[in-house]
Amino acid sequence: MVVGLEHFLILSAILFSIGLYGALAKRNAVVILMSIEIMLNAVNISMVAFWRYIAPALMTGQVFVIFIMVVAAAEVAVGLAIIIAIYRSRETVDAEQIDLMKW
Amino acid sequence: METGIAISFWILAAVTIASALAVVLFRNIFHAALFLVLCFFTIAGIFVILSADFLAAAQVLIYVGAIAVLIIFAIMLTRETQRGSPSGRLRLPALMVGLLFLATMVFIVVSTDWQVITEIPDQPTTSAIAQALFSGEEGFVLPFEIAAALLLAAIIGAIVLVRER
Repeated sequence: MVVGLEHFLILSAILFSIGLYGALAKRNAVVILMSIEIMLNAVNISMVAFWRYIAPALMTGQVFVIFIMVVAAAEVAVGLAIIIAIYRSRETVDAEQIDLMKW
Repeated sequence: METGIAISFWILAAVTIASALAVVLFRNIFHAALFLVLCFFTIAGIFVILSADFLAAAQVLIYVGAIAVLIIFAIMLTRETQRGSPSGRLRLPALMVGLLFLATMVFIVVSTDWQVITEIPDQPTTSAIAQALFSGEEGFVLPFEIAAALLLAAIIGAIVLVRER
């Protein structure tokens, strides 16, 4: 069976759904960040699949993936720093107990 | 060649989905982080199947090398491993949203008539990416510089946030 564009897009959709579930359902803030990383990686897979099967002459798909990686690295660094800062002051990383700004 | 690609795709896809499920379902956060590393690694393999060699190397360097270490560091520093990662009150709605999104995406992907080009692109892609990034008129020089500034701001921000007072 020949592997085509649809296979990679459906794999990407499955990974994105798993990450979406994790980001919405989990209570530990570190696990929420990990789920967001899975979602970003799913988007990267679909970008590279579009580059490979739709527009291999244009490198824009791969360039976008590089920028997503840069933003993901920055996001993880700042996000984990915020989580550690919250843990220092409140002794928890439970997203349901960090509700100071909730109305 | 074609069957080899198909076999490796199915193996990599199965391992990727299984390890992603392990990340969101395991109660032990440290095991979840290790499965996240496996997930990143198999995604690098999928990039290889898609003949994106530079991105596969970048994936291993950035995600497996840097981001995974950062996440494991954060797990160690917050000492939440004994409490685990339980699901919140939104577990069922989140499951519904995820399944609804998956159904919509699969429907869209299957029902669209893609104009697919089957021939394998030129390799290695590194010089082509450099051309696309830095070539004068339609290049990405300004976004590249902004990304560098963003990384610098993120590093300084992270240091300021976790500094001992």
